Amino acid sequence: MRFQKRLWRAEPSFRLLSKLLRINWLYVLLICALAAVGYVALYSAGGGSARPFAAPMALRFGFGLIMMAVVALISPRVLKLASVPIYLGAVALLVLVLRIGHVGKGAERWIVLGGLQFQPSETAKIALVLALAAWFSRVDPAKLGNPLRLAVPALLVLIPVVLVLKEPNLGTAVIIGVLGATLFFVAGMRLWQIAVLVAPVPFLGSFVYAHLHDYQKARIDTFMHPEHDPLGAGYNIIQSKIALGSGGMWGEGYLHGTQGQLNFLPEKQTDFIFTMIGEEWGYVGAIAVMILLGLMITGGMMIAMMSRNQFGRLLALGISVDLFLYCAVNLSMVMGVIPVGGVPLPLISYGGSAMLTMMFGFGLLLSTWVHRNERDGDEAAPTP
Amino acid sequence: MPRKDVVVPTRGVFTRRALFVLAAQAGVLGLLGRRLYDLQVVDGGHLKALAERNRVSRRMLAPPRGIITDRFGVQLAENKVNWRALLLPEETTDPAAVIRKFGQIIPLDERDQARIERDMRHVRKFVPVALKDFLSWDDMARIELNAPGLPGVFVDVGSTRAYPLGPQLAHVVGYVAPPNEKDLAASAMMALPGMRAGRAGIEQTQDALLRGEPGSVEMEVNSRGRVLGEINRQEGRQGDELSLTIDAGLQQMVLGRIADQAASAVVMDCRNGEVLAMVSTPSFDPTLFDSGVSREQWTEWANDVRTPLINKAVAGVYPPGSTFKPAVALAGLKSGMVTPEDRFNCPGYYDMGGVRFHCWSKYGHGNLTMRQALKYSCDVYFYQLARKIGMDPIKAMGNGFGLGTKLDIELTHVRSGVIPTPEWRRTHGHHWNGGDTVNAGIGQGFVQVTPLELATYVSRIASGRNVEPHLVRRVNDRFSDQTDVTAAPALEIEPAHLDVIRGGMFDVVNAPHGTAPKARLDIPGVQMAGKTGSAQVRHISRALRESGHFNSMSLPWEERPHALFICFAPFDAPRYALAVVIEHGNAGADAAAPLARDIMTDTLNRDPVNHLHDPGQTVAENF
Repeated sequence: MRFQKRLWRAEPSFRLLSKLLRINWLYVLLICALAAVGYVALYSAGGGSARPFAAPMALRFGFGLIMMAVVALISPRVLKLASVPIYLGAVALLVLVLRIGHVGKGAERWIVLGGLQFQPSETAKIALVLALAAWFSRVDPAKLGNPLRLAVPALLVLIPVVLVLKEPNLGTAVIIGVLGATLFFVAGMRLWQIAVLVAPVPFLGSFVYAHLHDYQKARIDTFMHPEHDPLGAGYNIIQSKIALGSGGMWGEGYLHGTQGQLNFLPEKQTDFIFTMIGEEWGYVGAIAVMILLGLMITGGMMIAMMSRNQFGRLLALGISVDLFLYCAVNLSMVMGVIPVGGVPLPLISYGGSAMLTMMFGFGLLLSTWVHRNERDGDEAAPTP
Repeated sequence: MPRKDVVVPTRGVFTRRALFVLAAQAGVLGLLGRRLYDLQVVDGGHLKALAERNRVSRRMLAPPRGIITDRFGVQLAENKVNWRALLLPEETTDPAAVIRKFGQIIPLDERDQARIERDMRHVRKFVPVALKDFLSWDDMARIELNAPGLPGVFVDVGSTRAYPLGPQLAHVVGYVAPPNEKDLAASAMMALPGMRAGRAGIEQTQDALLRGEPGSVEMEVNSRGRVLGEINRQEGRQGDELSLTIDAGLQQMVLGRIADQAASAVVMDCRNGEVLAMVSTPSFDPTLFDSGVSREQWTEWANDVRTPLINKAVAGVYPPGSTFKPAVALAGLKSGMVTPEDRFNCPGYYDMGGVRFHCWSKYGHGNLTMRQALKYSCDVYFYQLARKIGMDPIKAMGNGFGLGTKLDIELTHVRSGVIPTPEWRRTHGHHWNGGDTVNAGIGQGFVQVTPLELATYVSRIASGRNVEPHLVRRVNDRFSDQTDVTAAPALEIEPAHLDVIRGGMFDVVNAPHGTAPKARLDIPGVQMAGKTGSAQVRHISRALRESGHFNSMSLPWEERPHALFICFAPFDAPRYALAVVIEHGNAGADAAAPLARDIMTDTLNRDPVNHLHDPGQTVAENF
């Protein structure tokens, strides 16, 4: 600590180096371990070849690591300032995608930016977490009892939710809503306020169901009764369950999963990568991967709780909850617990923009860790 | 420090609530882990079985179609090996270029090219497209030689139906064609590649026997149906081998005798109803139906007045003319209203209700007994006989001989003739005139029969037994017909009556002044009995007849009378029966009788009794 303190004061470049050294390398190791799992799984999804999935994914991960390190060094002050343009930019992208976006399978809307397929709803979540963290960190929690204080953050949540609903992407809209609500909760919202908000949810739910698109209703119906349409919409769910089940306790062996290798698995390199892992590595391997993901989430939560400033806490918790939602929705989906929606498994599923967004989020987490001892409003000097 | 006052309680709330969120997250992940355990470990076995079914695709294999042979084992329908060139589109980057290059090595005609183009559009990239069927060894050598320049092209072997005798037995054996929607709906097996459905003749009526049972092959496939490897193969059961009653050699001889006339001939074993030869000319090439008949070919067939597609033996209906007289005579005897010795006078004509019906001989035949009337084929005798007994006994007798009935033979599009009665006429909305009975007495007017009916009729006269014509003699190792002569029940006709008729028919051929001396056999000790018939297809007016210049040969072909002849031999121990109909052949005695003599001579010469040394046939099999 002494040595670091001296460096800190000596030279800005040393300051950066010192910050780099203060990055939580254990957490980076965890991220790398998950990426390695992803590489190995994608190698199998490619039919025992680095192409076409594993190699590009490794390249993106390498690029993402650098980006993550850079973001980790950015001070919360800068992030707070940047949260406004980032949020506005993300909302602008959501509007843009409604105008010029391409509709993929189902309704995941994406646009092409600089040759990269890009889903604005992914960035919108990070931007929302940043904006909410910045807002709540400036408000005295004692005054949150006044509902008017919640109007602005509620608007911050509702704008992306409505825009994503219009895409229409119900799953992501729900995720954004849950993410926002969690942040409201940990920011110190009063319990009676929560009760008032939660009470009408069932009515809202039935109202939303009535206004769902046919394909969305079909997804729900298919999920309830996959056997009604085994080769159509129910195919994914049934095949996914069959593949998991055929893995058994110990798995069929790496590169030997019949369902995955024989192409029965749909989307096996993206949303359904976990099915392939479960088939080839068995329950033991799949649980190990789930434990790694759990550690990743818990690590983020720990970082949030160890931060000494409200911005960092909310930011890290928001990112962690986002990661958790990715994992929970994806795993529930492949296990046939909730209707299918295009949600990837962090660091393991094949996909460019999701990976980069995720690495940006990890960068924010690590930034919170690096700057955990700074205080809210303490803009002047780093804490010793 | 006021700042600290703010921070500390916030931190407390945050930590408590964050721990709550963390607990909730752990709970969700825990439940998911539990669910995974259920899926993978608890339900594992059941789901693994499903996975196995996913991996293994069972496909049925088209069984080879049963072959059809004649009675001596000559192949009439067989499965020919078909070497063909196929292209697997996914193995080449530019299929169009490969096809072009292939066309330079093995010429592809326009139909081939259109078919390839169509297939390339419709099939998936891993399904082979047939480029060319029926490759010769030279073709295959050329393809092998050019293999490096033809990526994705390979040669494999399929099978097609082949008819070695082609048109000679096309009407009997029939033909096959690719299954249509109806076949597919009736049997899933028909959807297998290479399956063919019988479309006519034996191929159609015996389709169920000929199809066999499909085999199966278990293959490892991926979810797109692409075959990755074969696990298990079970060959199907080939369709039954059918051996027909037909003697292909005799069939060829009959065809040779008929040459290019539009005619039909049926040779039957009169003891058991085996059809030894069934000829209908002209014929067609049965293989054309498998690959698809061209428009030009259809037009040609449709415009041919000699109707090549119709099996005249079972679907050609003709007035029997004088060949009907034996049936009328027997009806008279059975009715009890006449005896063989009762005489009717023939002055050359018969007047009834102001209409004069002529005998074929304008000079008349005088007073005739039944046997004489048959010998001379006197029309006036039968005018009077028919008038005397009426139509009902005639119809009963004719139907008993198979005339005007639908015979149960293993063929398609079998028509039945007609023996008219006043009642039948009434149901068709017409009045029956006395003259209609007179005309029916000599097999004219509304009487119509098919050649197969005639052959059955003469068989039953010859044997006195109710023989049924049939074509399938043996299925695999089971004989399906009764070679036992006594198996067929006797006709309900007095043998003495039959003897009178047989005697009359003997005289027709062998007595001086019989109507068919040209039918006399040139085989020592063997005689034939027969009956001529000339069936008018056009009314001959009295004016024309009395002008004395009438000669039917001066008529256009399609207005000339049909020439008919029915016969059996040997007379003293009947074995073979024959019916010949030559469309517009003019006179039975001149056109049909010599032909019948030649055919019968060939038939008798081919009798296994004369060829006991002949390999491939045993006494047991042929008696």
